[in-house]
Amino acid sequence: MKAPSFAYARPDSLAETLALLERHGEAARVLAGGQSLLASLNMRLSSPELLVDITGLKELSGIRVQNGSLRIGALTRHCEIERSAEVARHAPLLAQAVVHVAHVAIRNAGTLGGSIALADPAAEYPACALALDAALVIAGASGERRVAARDFFRALYSTALGPGELLLAAEFPLLGPGYRSAFVELARRHGDYAIVGVAAHAHIERGTVSDLRLAYLGVGATPVRAHRAAASLEGKAYGPQTVAAVQAALGDDLDPLPDLYHSAATKLHLARVLTGRALAALVQ
Amino acid sequence: MSQAPATEIETTFVLNGTRVTRRVPARQHLVDFLREEMGLTGSHTACEHGVCGACTLRVDDEIVRGCLMLAVQANGRKVDTIEGLSDSGELAALQSAFHERNALQCGFCTPGMLLAALDLVKYRPDATREQIREHLAGNYCRCTGYHAIVDAIEAVLEARREGAKR
Repeated sequence: MKAPSFAYARPDSLAETLALLERHGEAARVLAGGQSLLASLNMRLSSPELLVDITGLKELSGIRVQNGSLRIGALTRHCEIERSAEVARHAPLLAQAVVHVAHVAIRNAGTLGGSIALADPAAEYPACALALDAALVIAGASGERRVAARDFFRALYSTALGPGELLLAAEFPLLGPGYRSAFVELARRHGDYAIVGVAAHAHIERGTVSDLRLAYLGVGATPVRAHRAAASLEGKAYGPQTVAAVQAALGDDLDPLPDLYHSAATKLHLARVLTGRALAALVQ
Repeated sequence: MSQAPATEIETTFVLNGTRVTRRVPARQHLVDFLREEMGLTGSHTACEHGVCGACTLRVDDEIVRGCLMLAVQANGRKVDTIEGLSDSGELAALQSAFHERNALQCGFCTPGMLLAALDLVKYRPDATREQIREHLAGNYCRCTGYHAIVDAIEAVLEARREGAKR
């Protein structure tokens, strides 16, 4: 199908962007890479009066280490994350996740900020942001603020971004010594939205696991941290029994929503299987 | 220069090596603009939500979905289509490999497949068969079953590597 009629603006400063968003309120949508927004417009699932194309804001692109964290600008494209040596070194979880984000032609256009601001519960970065305790940097009429990932994803496609606000960047803590990451997901076709996926991050010392974070995609209305399952492995050695205990405890953390093809029970089963694979990858 | 809100916007870009300027409706995606306004019907529209890859185009030397980009977003950029890349000869080796290996039946997906394949030849010339399959995961074919397409691309990559050795 074709998109409904709308107006288009391309501001070239942050001030101008915020003024437009403030003036047009709910009628305006931010256009970054457009890889989800244009699809939803073509399907007429959304009918904004104005698209505010922010790709002219060059300061929103780029990856740099700053104040002990890896700051990735909202307009940084997936392909740039994929190629970044800084990401591979300081936030390897993102490097592992990005190859699962759609297809090459989409990774050449889609952005980190777009994915996080849209907050699709089956998307990769929101789960990574949750697992890594990222901070989201937000600009609005009253200035800049930071929101922790755990407070950012509120409900289905709903975030802490208020009307007139813009996501500027995500800040990921630098990988600490002894920490390892693993990202595993299951999709019917490589690059499709995952049925279930898990972002795992932990401190590993001679097979002993601590500070484990498990964040799931595709299991609910938002990405979900499994606190009880992760805590069950705290200070313990990786092994068949301890992994089985984590998998069993997942039933307390996850209450998956079924989708068109998979029941809640199937999703929980798949989450358990993928968790086993992720933990194996962590200690490998 | 910033663009104030408007529903029709003057847009200038380099299309297959030639500069074009047109007023385009904000809502029109790039592949529709190319097909309807420029008569370039080699890039196909099918799913129109980024799943099938039939509309694959090259913008600033990177492949994108022509249905997930507005024509106005092409402003100031370089757009190459199957027509331009065929005429320039850049696709010749892939096109003859597709022909030789029978890597097309109805041909609907072929322009998108060729652009995706060219991207691989350019940027990942050392790709394995598995990586070729991964790279093509974003392009649907409903007749060949992909095997012949992967064969054709593999043949081009191998010929290049042989050529480089000599």
